[in-house]
Amino acid sequence: MTAMTSSKSTIKRIGIYSLKRLLVLIVTVVIGVFLTIIIANMGGYVDTIMRGTIREDVSNAANQNKALRLLGSEERLKWINNEIASREKLAGLDQPFINRAFKYMTNALTLDLGRALFMTSDKGSQYVRDIILERLPATLVLFGTSGLLLFFAEIFVALIISQHYGSFFDKLLVFLAPLSTSPAWFYGIFLVLLFAAMLRILPFDGMVDAPIPETTWGYLLSMLKHMILPVGSVALSQFFLNTYNWRTFFLIYSSEDYVEMARAKGLPARTVEREYVLRPTLPTIITSFALTLIGLWQGFIIVETIFNWPGLGRTYFQAVQFFDTPVIVGMTVINAYLLALTVFILDFVYAIVDPRVKVGAEGGQ
Amino acid sequence: MKNLFKKLADYPTAIVALILILFLLGVSVYAVVTIPYEKAILLWRGGEEVWYANPRLAAPEWVNWFSDKKRPVSFSMKMDNPGVTKVVDTDESGSSEIVITYTFDYSYDYFPQEMMIYFTPTFTTKGPFADAVWITPDGRKININNFALDSKTTYRFTQDARLQRLLKNQSAMEGLFRDPAQETATPLKGTYQLVINAYTFETGSSVDAELVMHGTLAGWAGTDHLRRDLGVALLWGTPIALAFGLLAALGTTVTTMVIAAIGAWYRGWIDGLIQRVTEINLVLPFLPILLMVGTFYSRSIWVILGATILLNIFSAGIKTNRAIFLQIKEAPFIEAARTYNTSDRRIILRYLTPRLIPTLVPQLVTLVPTYVFIEASLAVLGLGDPNLPTWGKVINDAFTNSAHYQGLYYWMLEPAIMLVITGLAFAMLGFSLDRIFNPRLRQV
Repeated sequence: MTAMTSSKSTIKRIGIYSLKRLLVLIVTVVIGVFLTIIIANMGGYVDTIMRGTIREDVSNAANQNKALRLLGSEERLKWINNEIASREKLAGLDQPFINRAFKYMTNALTLDLGRALFMTSDKGSQYVRDIILERLPATLVLFGTSGLLLFFAEIFVALIISQHYGSFFDKLLVFLAPLSTSPAWFYGIFLVLLFAAMLRILPFDGMVDAPIPETTWGYLLSMLKHMILPVGSVALSQFFLNTYNWRTFFLIYSSEDYVEMARAKGLPARTVEREYVLRPTLPTIITSFALTLIGLWQGFIIVETIFNWPGLGRTYFQAVQFFDTPVIVGMTVINAYLLALTVFILDFVYAIVDPRVKVGAEGGQ
Repeated sequence: MKNLFKKLADYPTAIVALILILFLLGVSVYAVVTIPYEKAILLWRGGEEVWYANPRLAAPEWVNWFSDKKRPVSFSMKMDNPGVTKVVDTDESGSSEIVITYTFDYSYDYFPQEMMIYFTPTFTTKGPFADAVWITPDGRKININNFALDSKTTYRFTQDARLQRLLKNQSAMEGLFRDPAQETATPLKGTYQLVINAYTFETGSSVDAELVMHGTLAGWAGTDHLRRDLGVALLWGTPIALAFGLLAALGTTVTTMVIAAIGAWYRGWIDGLIQRVTEINLVLPFLPILLMVGTFYSRSIWVILGATILLNIFSAGIKTNRAIFLQIKEAPFIEAARTYNTSDRRIILRYLTPRLIPTLVPQLVTLVPTYVFIEASLAVLGLGDPNLPTWGKVINDAFTNSAHYQGLYYWMLEPAIMLVITGLAFAMLGFSLDRIFNPRLRQV
């Protein structure tokens, strides 16, 4: 077998593997969204959303219809009621619960999320999709940054500490690990108290300074300043425990025979670290990264609320406060999509780095 | 079990953790015993009529320990309290003269916010009359005002314009407490007296009065924007947090373990189903769904607890447990059990699951703070149980009333510290247990 065909078949195998995973994930998301709809619609809340949207559409149409304006108010009302009834029938509101649940699910899955009851996007749109798309970048910036930063810092520190087992920093890490049981918002409160309220060196909340800086650099700098505390609180809630786990994990792998062998051969410490400790543990590291990201998605609601960060999380919280059901359902759907996407991308990376995925497929041929 | 405690004693963190947990348990028992459940709810939902004696947003008393300048501590003096005397002198016609004297020490460096007298007269046709005299430590007497007590009457010193004119247009508190020898307004320290002379005109008619002073400090925990004593929430938050955390941790870990064992034992479609359900559950966003439950259905802590457990049963733990069970399943003792026809149920519950307890116990203990914080998170988002006083609700109140802008740090820090103690205690214990039960970690 030449190198050329081998790499080609590898790509094919990874492709097939990813496709399978994608299918499974799509099915999972469909079921997940369906369950969400069922939970949300138990009290008939989605029905209310639909009915509200229809009523508004019809009365708007009635206002704009010149012929209708000439009619008497009674006949106009009759027209409106008829129109509402026929549109509700079209939307399937007269159908049994389970049929409707499927209808809503298709709407949600195609991101036809309807109209918000009270909230609007900053540009004034009432569509849930617009609201969500407008807030998504802020969330991605905050949690992408903290996720990536944390992940690499953890692995780096853990590798170094695992090479110095029993040292002062090692013991310190073991001692500090329990700190990570508190969630990020909790550290957020402390950090805000300390750095914003008492010392007054960092902003309380928000994403940029009040008069928005005019230059792009000024904007970025201001945003960085506002990111210190939220990223810091996420870091405090994750760093110690994760580093501790990585350190233990690396310690176990460092005591494997082949690592001892590599050391005995006199390979430099960095090569041993990279080729003999890090490489075989890569799949586990990636899985854990996926779980960390998923964990961050869960935590962002409160962190953003505490720091008044204009992202999805805070929007979700506002929606809960306003009882704005379309937004709540829409956000849950988006959240499920994002989780599935995270899982899929990492599955894909997993397939590339884990030799067993390739070997397994080859064995099947 | 004895052995376990002996081993735990080798870990200083475990000892600290156990002490903290004992402390939390002690606080819980104390809270439940001294403030019964119904009373706690009543106190927490109570308004002015329950908490009139407390000032709003008062810091806790112990703030004075850290400062040379002492801030006044609020108090209320009722008829049967020490420092209050009531002398009744009745004549033949049935009318009487009642003298109520309040004696108290004032040794603070700031003026109080407000003082109030709550008169409760009892009579049938003609209401009593009363006047009040203020006696300062240096012997000056100030006539406060005269009162016709035709009904329950509240007298607020600072809202009395007449008194203010009498005190040369100083605010009432400054005028009554000021040291005349000083240039700047500083309170005179010493023993003050308020004497209420009341006159009743019927047999059986009487007057009771309560003197309330609103300082800037109150109670051991301070008060919130509704004058409520935060101590109630700090005390009662403990049993609630512990119950929620322990029940949720126990509920999820045990069911997760049993389900994983069932899957590993039967394999086939049951195992497949469990695996698929787990995968779906991992994609379901946990906190948003919990928020939906809280918003749409019920904010009762028990409903939230149930939803939390349900959503966490099919967690990533099922996968790890299953992997371990698949290994145990091949062990000789399982094969032996099979040869003498042990039932599946017996094998799962008596042979498989006990094997997992060493990893389960540390897991369970470490999970407790996670769930305690979930309850707090919901409360911080305003979805706390509407009746119960919890730590998260105090943080939520503090946050929505921007305590950190106003410098009311105690309001936010007190519940936060209780949460820290709970989180650290269980996490430290869990970590120590993990190292005891899983010695592989200790060797490396």
